[in-house]
Amino acid sequence: MRRFFKKLFEKIIEGILFLSSTVTSLAIVLIVIFLFREGFALFGRSPVEEGFVIAVNNKNPVSEIKASQIKDIFDGKITSWKELGGNIEDIVLFRTDDISNYFSEEELGENLEHVPAKISELINKTPGIIAFIPEKFTENDFAGKIITTDKITAGKFLAEKQWYPTAQPAAQFGALPLILGTLWVSFAAILFALPLGLATAIYMAEIANEKTRRVMKPLIELLAGIPSVVYGFFGLIVIVPLIQKVFNLPVGETGLAGSIVLGIMALPTIITISEDAIRTTPLSMKEASLALGANKWQTIHRVIIPYAISGITAAAILGIGRAVGETMAALMVTGNAAVIPHGLLQPLRTIPATIAAELGEAPQQGLHFKALFALGCILFLMTLGINLLVEYISSKRKNISR
Amino acid sequence: MKKNFIRLTLSIAVVLYSVTAFSQELKIKGSDTVLPLSQKEAETYMKQNASAKITVIGGGSGVGLAAFIDGTTDIAMASRKIKMSEKLKLQDAGKSYKEVTIAFDALSVIVNPANKVSQLTKEQLEGIFTGKITNWKEVGGDDEKIITYSRESSSGTFEFFKEHVMNGKNYGSAILMMPATGAIVQSVSQTKGAIGYIGLAYLEKNVKDIKVSYDKGKTYVGASMETAKNKTYPIIRPLFYYHLNKDEAKVKPFISYVLSPAGQKVVEEVGYVPLN
Repeated sequence: MRRFFKKLFEKIIEGILFLSSTVTSLAIVLIVIFLFREGFALFGRSPVEEGFVIAVNNKNPVSEIKASQIKDIFDGKITSWKELGGNIEDIVLFRTDDISNYFSEEELGENLEHVPAKISELINKTPGIIAFIPEKFTENDFAGKIITTDKITAGKFLAEKQWYPTAQPAAQFGALPLILGTLWVSFAAILFALPLGLATAIYMAEIANEKTRRVMKPLIELLAGIPSVVYGFFGLIVIVPLIQKVFNLPVGETGLAGSIVLGIMALPTIITISEDAIRTTPLSMKEASLALGANKWQTIHRVIIPYAISGITAAAILGIGRAVGETMAALMVTGNAAVIPHGLLQPLRTIPATIAAELGEAPQQGLHFKALFALGCILFLMTLGINLLVEYISSKRKNISR
Repeated sequence: MKKNFIRLTLSIAVVLYSVTAFSQELKIKGSDTVLPLSQKEAETYMKQNASAKITVIGGGSGVGLAAFIDGTTDIAMASRKIKMSEKLKLQDAGKSYKEVTIAFDALSVIVNPANKVSQLTKEQLEGIFTGKITNWKEVGGDDEKIITYSRESSSGTFEFFKEHVMNGKNYGSAILMMPATGAIVQSVSQTKGAIGYIGLAYLEKNVKDIKVSYDKGKTYVGASMETAKNKTYPIIRPLFYYHLNKDEAKVKPFISYVLSPAGQKVVEEVGYVPLN
């Protein structure tokens, strides 16, 4: 009887464990599917806001305009149809809200019922017009010509350089500056954090006495527990002005400020993992080295570090992973300018910061919303690549130790 | 025991009944700019009218008006006028609405206190923020690179500045975007060539505000509560409440409170510009 209950109990525990691991894996798979489904919905769609079209006069020879040109037209950078391969004619900009500049309220009707007809009339009599109007105005008796634009593709999303997600009438989704910004900051962060973290790890594992270690270890763990917004605040108040003064820059919010803050944040990961790797060096190897007459530094340099190198590499890569995904601190100190960075002493914008800053106000299911999910996909692929690399390197370590 | 139980059930029923019968819950949703004002107004209003229940939710002007069109909020608060496309949606749904201006919000343009420049025209501001003007010497200052700070594209202030000052043109790509107004003040105060824009209420001593001209340099006006009140300061926007005509009876008491002298005093306390 007692044995039966014991067995039953074991079965129940097993069941619970099985269930929780299934639920967790399922949740992860679902999140990934959801992310990619939302992100990929961006491609193949027109960059013009949904439910709206761009129309011109019927006699205008131009029938296709690129999305980037549409932005330049409405920014007043392109002012003549000639630049687009059309007639020598000035471009007249028209947005639906401008209708009140052309017609009186009586003409538009009490319930605005005459608006579509009036817009059609205006387009018909203005040869140079380019109009950004709701699609439904063009349904019946429309006198103008609807312009087609190039669709958003994955290639353009990755390669174009302009990030204007809320530009009207045509949003610009060029993720290249954001991807490069993320990579620059993350790799520079590791350049700061790795030497410092490695030195600390070696000191703690090999040189420090038990007492010092007992003080340092919790301190470093405390570093991991500080919320990222506090790091960001510290960066904005202390590091940003410091960088501005030291390098005599016009602006302190730079990639460098971001890398220093992210480097500090990656330190605990690097220190803990590489210290563990260093500690796994068998005592026999160390003793053999010392017995051969090598001093402490030679032992560390020639025996311990080569033995622990794969663990140290894993630590560095996990540190990069931490920096790649960091949101709040990057948002506060990097300046968030969506330009292609040519160095660390410039403002730049990272992917996580972009998602965090923009998702709140992006209309759900709109283009901007999907574009942010597509950015999330890129970020996911980056961290996935990093994790696979760690997996590969640690598997190599097992082979060595055999 | 049984008696107690009946008593308890009865009292719960009474409480539930009174809750549903006497308090008509009023929902207000929309602009994050108007949010702190509406919250404060609702707080003071509910203190005076114990039976009133008002829920205020943010999310942005667009979100508020979308909910208004769907009929999931009674009042939409907006920091911009209702757009033509939204008007058409309301018209499609056969709904007539009313627009009430509840207060004004002024934006001040700020620079570092060490900057010589103290006044700019609208055209110069447009050039600076679209990235055409890149050095302070082009607008009468020192030979110093201009660093432009803006709010994030999600903010209503970003849109307002773009529409009102930059004629709807897009910001230059080198512009620095900050997640909050406080961060703009901090950055402008510590960056020599900086320029940014903030709500009047956030103006502090560690930054210098710029006088602005909207008539090609004839008159320059600085941002202050006085110039905003008498409408001589140009970068000012009305803040709106939208409600359906058929909800008039339900929303009237609260809106009249907001427009009353007591309500307008709250406006000034929160840092916005009262109507009169």
